[in-house]
Amino acid sequence: MILEVQNLDLFYGDAQALSDVSLAVEEGAIVAIVGANGAGKSSLIRTIAGIERPRRGSIRYRGKEIAGSKSSVVCNLGIGQVAEGRQIFPNLTVAENLEVGALVPRGRPHMKESFARVYDMFPRLEERHGQYAGTLSGGEQQMLAIGRCLMAKPEMIMFDEPSLGLAPALVEEVFRIIARLHQDGLTILLVEQNVAHSLKISDRAYVLENGQIVLEGSGEELLNDDGVRQAYMGL
Amino acid sequence: MPVEVYFNVAISGLLAGLIYGLSALGLSVIFGVIRIVNFAHGEIMVIGMFFALVLFRSLGLDPLLSVPIVAVVLFGFGYLLQTVVIERVAHLADHYQFLLMAAIAIILISASLMVFGPDAQGAQLPYAFDSFQIGPLIIDKVRLYAGAAALVVAALLFAFFRYTSTGKAIRACGDNPAGALVVGLNVRHMYALTFGIGAACLGAAGAIILMVVDAHPYLGPEYTLLAFIIVIVGGLGSLPGAMLGGVLIGTSEALAGILLQPSLKSAFSFGLLILVLLLRPQGLLGKASQ
Repeated sequence: MILEVQNLDLFYGDAQALSDVSLAVEEGAIVAIVGANGAGKSSLIRTIAGIERPRRGSIRYRGKEIAGSKSSVVCNLGIGQVAEGRQIFPNLTVAENLEVGALVPRGRPHMKESFARVYDMFPRLEERHGQYAGTLSGGEQQMLAIGRCLMAKPEMIMFDEPSLGLAPALVEEVFRIIARLHQDGLTILLVEQNVAHSLKISDRAYVLENGQIVLEGSGEELLNDDGVRQAYMGL
Repeated sequence: MPVEVYFNVAISGLLAGLIYGLSALGLSVIFGVIRIVNFAHGEIMVIGMFFALVLFRSLGLDPLLSVPIVAVVLFGFGYLLQTVVIERVAHLADHYQFLLMAAIAIILISASLMVFGPDAQGAQLPYAFDSFQIGPLIIDKVRLYAGAAALVVAALLFAFFRYTSTGKAIRACGDNPAGALVVGLNVRHMYALTFGIGAACLGAAGAIILMVVDAHPYLGPEYTLLAFIIVIVGGLGSLPGAMLGGVLIGTSEALAGILLQPSLKSAFSFGLLILVLLLRPQGLLGKASQ
């Protein structure tokens, strides 16, 4: 297992956001976490990323305990994040956004190759390299967020709602990119409101409700689960 | 009065304005990235002046040459101030910050009073009364050197933010702190660097201004106020705006001194401030907030 989360509790003040969450991600797999808005999906990602501090529980990455570590440390171990709302730097140029993404120690020595790789994957970003990121379209900003994440040479990428707010054609594009990154050997942890689509491509999936894992199984099992179909796919 | 006099005064105001601009850069950088309003701004600058004065008296070092030393020492001071003190109130409501910064200002004033006493003290430079004559214009040597030095330091700062990785990382933290965490930047370290750089600007500005102004402990609040006016006129968070605002305020104060009354020069800068707030509230080079 590349990532093992055990009995994780997270609180915002007195409000409990995650309660006894456990999950495991196998190296090279796509693992999906689905659930309604406010179920705690983003909180889970942010806690793994080291942005939120859990009150209890363990997060092990390649056997190393990282619960409570700072995001700069977590990022440098090879856990990348494409955050909800993209979180790009609007007043930096596209190239500057990418460069800043490569500043963690593990990314810095490979900056040149990483630029080549990202520009090869997203020619649009190369065309617009000198443009302020805030002037990009929503789809381009999502590509930039993914490209920026790749600059740090991650082994595992956590995607938080990557298709949110995008036109259907672009949603397809984002899922194609995720599939390609997966083929390249990256491990993917995917949080999506697009339940059907993410279950289809995932090896394993967890359903999160009110901060708790209520169901887990292979993507296919959950796709055929009546409860999931009713609750999340309106079928 | 002959017309050259006005030009001479305008040029000397512009040169002083470059130093004001450099000092305002320090305020703008800190506010733009950490969102801390540095009420101890002028006092930190006065510490820079006294430090340059000590170097001048003990080693005979020209304030111009002490600029890098003072800047480096105040960088360290700023870095520590942020990590040891200011960071602790960052998550609290704004007024805690204000109180803390005001308290730091009072401590700095009192400390310089204890060490240097209440009297104005300056560095008597050997070339203090030299001047350059260009056609009909006469420019004081000290003012020209001081203005040029401020311009060089400001240019270095711009280059740092534009071309270095650390500069870009700091801009990224100011632009979107949540995004900075996502890419694994050490935001705490970046904020400390930023406060250090802001304080270094003030140290440089303090050393430079010692060439034309005598240091005394109560200068601080005046410079704080001046920097606020400049930054608001130029546009909060805009670095070129801070320089432009500095030059505008410097020049208009000097001209007000000769056209009206020297005692009215502050009225002139406040007048400019009111005009800008009325006509372009985001400042001359500032971006309108959403």
